[in-house]
Amino acid sequence: MTTYRFTVNAAHVEVEVPGMRRLLDVLREDLALTGTKEGCGEGECGACTVLLDGLAVDACLVPVCQVDGSAVATVEGLATRSAGDAGPVGPVGPGRASSPGRASGTGGLGGLGGLGGLGGLDGLQVAFLETGGAQCGICTPGMLMAAHAYLDAGGGPDHDAIREAIAGNLCRCTGYTKIIEAIALAATRRARSIS
Amino acid sequence: MPDLTTRAQTGPPGALIARPGTVTRGRARGAGPLRLDGPAKLTGVAKYTDDLVFPGAWFGTTIRSTDAHATFTALDLDPAFDWSKVIVVTAADIPGDNIVSSIKADQPILVPIGGEILHHAEPLALLAAADRATLRAARRATNVRTRKLPAIFDPLASDHVFASYEFGTGDLDGAFARADLVLEGEYRVGHQEQLYIENNAMIANPGDDGGVTVTGSLQCPYYVHGALKRGLALDSAQARVIQAETGGGFGGKEEYPSMIALHAALLARKAQRPVRMIYDRHEDLSATTKRHPAIVRHRTGVARDGRLVAQEIEIVMDGGAYCTLTPVVLSRGALHAAGPYRCPNVRVRARATRTNTPPNGAFRGFGAPQVQFATETHLNRIAEMLDLSPLEIRRRNVYRIGDSTPTGQVLSESVAGEEVLERAAEAGEYERLRARHGSARRTRDGSGTVPSSPLRTGRDRIASGVGLALAWHGAGFTGSGEVKLASVVSLELTAEGVIRILTAATEMGQGTKTIFPQLVAEALAVPIESVELAAQDTAVVPNSGPTVASRTAMVVGGLLIQAAQQLRNDVETATGGSFASTYRDFARANGALRIDQRFEPYPGVRFDDDTYRGDAYPAFGWAACVAQVDVDLDTGEVHVRDVVAADDVGRVIHPVLAEGQVEGGTLQAIGYATIEEIKLRDGRYLNDRLATYIIPTALDAPRITTILVEAPFSGVPHGAKGVGELPMNVGAPAVIAAIADATGAWITDLPASPERILAALSGVTAIAPLPPGASEPAP
Amino acid sequence: MNGSLEPEAISPRHLDEAYAALADPATRPIAGGTDMMVALAGEFAEPPPRVVNLWRLDALRGITIDGGAVSLGALTTFTQIRQSALCREHLPVLVEAAAAIGAAQIQNRGTLGGNIVNASPAGDTLPVLLALDASFVCGSSFGERTIPAESFWIDYRRTALADHELLLAIRIPLAAGRETRFRKVGTRRAQSISKVVLALSYRDAGPAEPWTAVRLALGSVAATPIRARQTEAALEGRPPTPETADKAAETLAAELDPIDDVRSTTEYRRIVAARVLHRLIREAGGW
Repeated sequence: MTTYRFTVNAAHVEVEVPGMRRLLDVLREDLALTGTKEGCGEGECGACTVLLDGLAVDACLVPVCQVDGSAVATVEGLATRSAGDAGPVGPVGPGRASSPGRASGTGGLGGLGGLGGLGGLDGLQVAFLETGGAQCGICTPGMLMAAHAYLDAGGGPDHDAIREAIAGNLCRCTGYTKIIEAIALAATRRARSIS
Repeated sequence: MPDLTTRAQTGPPGALIARPGTVTRGRARGAGPLRLDGPAKLTGVAKYTDDLVFPGAWFGTTIRSTDAHATFTALDLDPAFDWSKVIVVTAADIPGDNIVSSIKADQPILVPIGGEILHHAEPLALLAAADRATLRAARRATNVRTRKLPAIFDPLASDHVFASYEFGTGDLDGAFARADLVLEGEYRVGHQEQLYIENNAMIANPGDDGGVTVTGSLQCPYYVHGALKRGLALDSAQARVIQAETGGGFGGKEEYPSMIALHAALLARKAQRPVRMIYDRHEDLSATTKRHPAIVRHRTGVARDGRLVAQEIEIVMDGGAYCTLTPVVLSRGALHAAGPYRCPNVRVRARATRTNTPPNGAFRGFGAPQVQFATETHLNRIAEMLDLSPLEIRRRNVYRIGDSTPTGQVLSESVAGEEVLERAAEAGEYERLRARHGSARRTRDGSGTVPSSPLRTGRDRIASGVGLALAWHGAGFTGSGEVKLASVVSLELTAEGVIRILTAATEMGQGTKTIFPQLVAEALAVPIESVELAAQDTAVVPNSGPTVASRTAMVVGGLLIQAAQQLRNDVETATGGSFASTYRDFARANGALRIDQRFEPYPGVRFDDDTYRGDAYPAFGWAACVAQVDVDLDTGEVHVRDVVAADDVGRVIHPVLAEGQVEGGTLQAIGYATIEEIKLRDGRYLNDRLATYIIPTALDAPRITTILVEAPFSGVPHGAKGVGELPMNVGAPAVIAAIADATGAWITDLPASPERILAALSGVTAIAPLPPGASEPAP
Repeated sequence: MNGSLEPEAISPRHLDEAYAALADPATRPIAGGTDMMVALAGEFAEPPPRVVNLWRLDALRGITIDGGAVSLGALTTFTQIRQSALCREHLPVLVEAAAAIGAAQIQNRGTLGGNIVNASPAGDTLPVLLALDASFVCGSSFGERTIPAESFWIDYRRTALADHELLLAIRIPLAAGRETRFRKVGTRRAQSISKVVLALSYRDAGPAEPWTAVRLALGSVAATPIRARQTEAALEGRPPTPETADKAAETLAAELDPIDDVRSTTEYRRIVAARVLHRLIREAGGW
């Protein structure tokens, strides 16, 4: 076991784990940040995409020893806390070992109904919601992070460029059409708000 | 939405519906509410099975066969390993029937020692341990001993028939004798994996009463519930099934989750603690169900003007090693095999046989995409021989109101084949592009390969083509399926004044959790925020049937509207005021009111399962597709650039969600057409990882334009016919037609991989792999 | 009974520490992880008892030009190659190959050195390195040595690198008048593994002039990336005419004996390699 220190969504974290543990497992199990998903475990699907020092990476392919001293951004960090039930922004760990269990993953629509709670979503999330870019939702966190890397690097609304930016993120529900529209919409709005 | 709401307020059930058979042009009104499960999915808050924490849970794993056909002689546990840290489950631990409940009682939960292994990756035993390292060590300390048996991989050679159907109409021999042209053709399609991005996952939690609660990724809570009851000998209350957020299904989480739930439950009961059964991608690809491979033969007679006069169709599907849902898949395939075309003389013979390969099962389209790929490609070849445009030959044959189908079903309403065909052809500029590609093809001698040598190509590297396809898709269950199912939905006005929807219909991305509140809110004329949806938990919701067959919006949604109309009527009658303004007071004064709405047969819809005569489906949805491709003549690589999809869904409930279904289904069909392939060796899937089972990326996906057409079905109050499966039927034949338009070569096997295309272009057959679904011998 | 699923790692900042750790043959190095992590997750390989994380070795980074060669640190990522002005100017074909690997996530972590040492016959940059006469600077506590690319990949996934050695840098000589071409035929348009990958370099005095110093290298057609020497000989000294193209394509088809596997067939690989080469010669010849 070694102690590794880095930030997740700007919060400082410290984990004592084997150096070759996957960043994905550190996030999901040691830090209880389950927003980042596992789809294949071999860098093919991009569901586990997070930003490592601003670059999109597959968290299943990054051993935690390579994260020491770095900044990690996950889907949990996109919305602000005011997004109502947007949940923890930074890690709340530890995870599975001692967190209270929930037998049911689904409940009433309660807190999600309507649009009142959307104020905390960031521009990309809002664009995904408006265009229908999320269906089953399992690729969505990774897709959002890949899209963020693209937008943060100055990417614009050009569809071909967006396609290339998310070519490492597989989606089986949408045909990518509305995802591309969402990213283009967010890019356009970003450019407008800057100018 | 305002439009629907107003209508719902002013009329009884059925009042929303336009005159039967009227096709409403254009898109639905409004964009629909933002999807209600969107914020949770976009923030990472939504809990999928593997995100759920169960304190003290162990990890489970499955020991699987590495033989295609063998006797399971022994399970050796290495005595050097400390087995006290591990739970081992074999068939001897199964308290109930060792059967995964399905159509036939043929598939064991675990093959017993001494029993017969029928396919590679078949479950033999289960292990659970507190951590993954111990579990892996235990797996390696386990040795399966078998005695190999001869295996059958060719569905044509198998004499074990899961199901067969034969039906038709007219006088085939006479019609062939009179036909101006008779064309025969054989078409083959291989396995396709659903490839939901969330792998299968189940967590079982033992109860104090000897029962078990299973939480998981699944489409059909009551299928899993039934399987648990039978396999574990539980009563209805002891077995409880809860759907977690589900990351895609496409049919792949229709029947196989029953197996995984049983496995998790067996381990959990023996361990007396929660057990997590989370498949990784390799296991999911290796073991779970795929789309049925099929061999379809057509013999078709036509008149010189292109009218179909005789269709003789033989279908053989590969069921894999166990029956699963094969009889129903085959039935749907057979019923769609003649395509959406008027033909007075038709004979369809279909059978599905057993092979020693992993079982095939439900997948979006459910037998129809396989056969309609054949029908459409065959029709295009006929058009080519008659020198008719593919659009024109369809115009001359497509079903219109009043036509009857090979089962004798008279299509009396909701017929939109012509509408979708014309709209797709127009928006896709089909005839203009076809003319352009035709002249380009003639200047280059079609194939692009220089005749004297397969190693040389001509000047053009890229050839463009456009293709057209048309299909129908029966809405909801086949034949009397819905009547036998007798689904129930409930709508509750609680004493606290909450409006609550209770159905077992699951959300797996398609939008159930948005359209149900939307439909109920519209029918009650209340804001959507006032409507809640109960969890998909068998302890809470009634059995509204499985979430399959594109039946959710149509059937379950229709029942919900009826329930809402009843609720509204009851409240308004009692209060004398509008529902919206009085229901809270009503609830306070009178307590809870619950409407249980049971499915009633659609009036006038009858089907005879024995003779295959009558109304195979209450209505059909109609789909057309125009695809543009670029073919690299050097390599046979295909880039599908642009697709126009026109789909008649009866009535659009939520345009954004409906378009999402068409776009996703279209890309899944394009993957099926071009790159998704499973090769087998000795009955084992070789494409068993995401690095080898290839689905389209964003760079492979075309620009997709969706046209939603509305030809409502009068049997349901909202007119909706379902959308999910429609686009799956047309993508592949449209792409194949576009490849032929570009190159002159007809590819009759799917996928039309670069290997198969190059074999056709160069004339070197050795370039192509084995036919789809075939298994090469072990080295 | 076996190594932990999650080995411990040491993360040296200096080469000496890394060399010292590698003196234990059971200790294996990891660079960007895009191959090794897949192998561990898929249980294709036994986890080593201990891993040396090379990621902090800044000595293995940087792209420079000196002495008539471009030198790339072994840890240079594919993204860095794509973004490097030096590479774009002098090694466009390497930039093209880097862009053909995986997608953004893989390009951000995968390294040129990793691609070389992983020694997959499908490694997309490897034919480029062969065609460009690259050489590899390798080091250990015993010193440094340089191994030419053409003698580096000795068998299926085996290299000339000793267990205690590290690949430090890749040197690619610059050559005036050198033309280079790259083609990857993969399973799809992104995130794909090659069926055939081909790199060609030659010098000429102008369009349609005879080619000299011809290098033709291919991946995914043999146990290692290879040079097609008979085909090179068929091209050497000849102008890019239809006759040359026909002869070269025939020679290449006869010279190759590719495998049949889950991704493609023997004959597809053979014939596509020939057709792609024919096309490149045609394009160069302008006919």
